[in-house]
Amino acid sequence: MADQLAIGSRRGLRPALPLLLPAYLWLTVAIFLPLSAMVFFSFMTDLPLAGKEWSFTLGNYAAFFSQSLYSTLLFASLRLGLEVTLWCVVIGYPAAYVLAKVLKGRSREAIFLLVILPFWSNGLVRIFSWAMVLREGGILDTALNAVLPFKINIDLMYSYPAVIIGLVHSYVPYMVLTCYLTLQAIDDSLIEAGRSLGASRRQVLWRVIIPLSMPGLIAGAALIFVPVVGSFMEPRILGGRTGTFYGTVIEDQFVAVFNWPLGAALSFILLAVVLIILALAAPVLRRAG
Amino acid sequence: MAGVQVANVSRSFGAHKALDDVSIDFADGGFYALLGPSGSGKTTLLRQIAGFDFPDSGRIAIGGESVERVPVEKRRIGMVFQNYALFPNMSVADNIAFGLSVRGEPKATIATEVQRALDLVQLGKLGGRKPHQLSGGQRQRVALARAIVTKPRVLLLDEPLGALDKALRVDMQIELKRIQREIGITTIFVTHDQEEALTMSDRIGILRDGRLVQEGPPEEIYDRPQSEFAATFLGDANIFRGDATGSGIKLPDGTTIAASTGASVPAGAKASCAVRPERIRIATGAAKPDPANANMLTGQVSKRIFAGNNSTYFVDRDGQALKVIVQNTGAERLAEGQPVVLSWSPDSTVLIAAA
Repeated sequence: MADQLAIGSRRGLRPALPLLLPAYLWLTVAIFLPLSAMVFFSFMTDLPLAGKEWSFTLGNYAAFFSQSLYSTLLFASLRLGLEVTLWCVVIGYPAAYVLAKVLKGRSREAIFLLVILPFWSNGLVRIFSWAMVLREGGILDTALNAVLPFKINIDLMYSYPAVIIGLVHSYVPYMVLTCYLTLQAIDDSLIEAGRSLGASRRQVLWRVIIPLSMPGLIAGAALIFVPVVGSFMEPRILGGRTGTFYGTVIEDQFVAVFNWPLGAALSFILLAVVLIILALAAPVLRRAG
Repeated sequence: MAGVQVANVSRSFGAHKALDDVSIDFADGGFYALLGPSGSGKTTLLRQIAGFDFPDSGRIAIGGESVERVPVEKRRIGMVFQNYALFPNMSVADNIAFGLSVRGEPKATIATEVQRALDLVQLGKLGGRKPHQLSGGQRQRVALARAIVTKPRVLLLDEPLGALDKALRVDMQIELKRIQREIGITTIFVTHDQEEALTMSDRIGILRDGRLVQEGPPEEIYDRPQSEFAATFLGDANIFRGDATGSGIKLPDGTTIAASTGASVPAGAKASCAVRPERIRIATGAAKPDPANANMLTGQVSKRIFAGNNSTYFVDRDGQALKVIVQNTGAERLAEGQPVVLSWSPDSTVLIAAA
C-alpha cells in the first residue's frame, strides 16, 4: 500500500492541483487567516480597537506560567478529556462491534440512526435536556423514586459527573462511527480462523479484533480528546460552579472579560500541549496499531 | 488423527434446505473432495464438520466422539479458508504460532513447532514477513502451516486453491497432496472444480441441492455414475433416455443401446444411458457391424473444436448433439457436415435408473 501511495505521488502534484485548490483556498481563507490574526493578538497588550493604545508583549504567555490557576485548570481539562474518551471507548466500542458484526439489514440501519441522532440535534438543546434529566426533582430523580421502594435523592446537576455525562453523550457517536468503520473492514473469516485454531471468543477479541480495530479507536480518541479538553459549553451549563475548566476560562476571556490577547495565548498553549501529547503518544499508538 | 462420521445431517436456513439427510463416512487418513455446484450445500456441510454452524438434526462424530454440539474452538480441527484469512496484523511466524499460543504452549515449544511447520511448507526463511508481503501461493502455504501446526484431528479446506492462477494451482495441488501424505491427516476438501477433485482425492462426494448424490473413489464415479447429474457434473457424458430392455435401453425411435455396466433396471421402466465422449469411435463410410462396439448410430458432424492433442466433434443425430473426443493421431480430420458412424462398446455404456 505504501508503495502504491509513493507511486501516486511521484506521478506529480500538478494534475491533482485543480482538485486540491478549492479545499486549500478555503482553508487558507477560513482558518489560516483568522488563526494568524489570533497569533498576532496573543502577543499584544490590548485589542487594536477604538484607538486604544497597544504594544507587543510576551505577558499573555507569561501569565500562564506565573499563575498556577491556569496550569491546574489545564490539568483538570486534560483529565476530563481522558475520562470522557475512556467512557466513550467503553460505551462506543461494544456498540460499534454489535453494529458491524452482529446486526444486519434493517435493524442495523435503525440502531445506526439512533447513534447518529445526537449529531442532528442542536448542541444547546442537548445539554439543556440533560439539565432537565439530572437536576433534583428532574426526570431521573422522579423516575427512580417512582420505581424504588426507598427514598433517594438524585441531584447530579452542577457536578463533575453531570459534565462527564453531557460530554460523553455529545462525543460517543464519533467513537461508534470510527470503530464501526474499522470493525466493518475486518473479514469475518479472520474471526472464524481464530476460533478454528482453538481461541475462545474472548481470545479472538483481544488478539485479533481489538488490534485490527486499533486505527478506529485511535481516530475516535483523537476526535474526542482534543475538543473535550477545550470544551466550555457542557462544563458551564451542566457543571455550574464545579464546571470551571480551561475551556471555560478561555471563553471568559473572549466573551466576558474581553481580554482577547490572554484568551488567544491560552488557546495556543492548549494547542501546543495537545500537539505534544499526540506526538508523544504517536509511536506507542503506532506500535499498538 | 481421526475419521469423521456424518450421519443423517440436515440443516435448513428458513425455508431453504441447505443439507437434507446427508450421511458420509470419512475414513481416517483419507483425502476427500466434496464436489458440487454453488448452492449444493458442500460448504454448509464443511461448516457443520468444522463447528461454525450446528445441524438441525443428525450426528457428527470426529474420532468416534460426538461433536455436533461442540463449538469450533473445542473440536481440534484445522481449517484453510478460501481467502486464507491470515491475520494481517501479525507476522507469518505469529500467524502460525497463534493456535499454539492461545493454548498456552511454552515459548520454546512454539518456536520449534513454528519452524518445523514453515519448513514443511517450504517457507523456512519467511517467518518475519507480514502476510501482505507474500504472493498468493505463499499465503496459501502459510494458511496450511497455521492449520496443521496444532496437530488437528481433521484438516478442512474450503476451496483453498480457488484464488490461484492455473499454473500455481497445479503446483499447489501436488504440494497439498505431498503434505497430506507426509502427516497422514484426514482431509476434507470443498471444491467446485471437477478436475481438482479427480486428481487430488481418494474419494469424492458429489452434492446437489443439499443431498449427497454419489460417493466413492474418483474412478468409480467417473466410470459408473449412478445419476445423470453425477455423469454430467463429473466429466462430460452423452445421455440417451428411453425404456429399459433388460440389457440396455430402447430409444423412442426404436434404436437399442446395449449397456453392460451400471444399475439393473427392470425391463419397461424409464432409464437412461451415459457414454463418455472419449469412448466413442467416429468413422466415415458404411456402417460395418463390429461385435466389440455393438452400439452404433449415424449422424452428421455439426462442429469441430480443435484443442491440439485432441479434437471434439459435435455430431447431430436427429436433433441430439452428441459429443465425441478423438485423440490427435495424425489421421484425417473430419469436415463439418460430413456423415459419420458412431460406435462404442456396451462396456463403456452405463445404465442409469430414471430419478
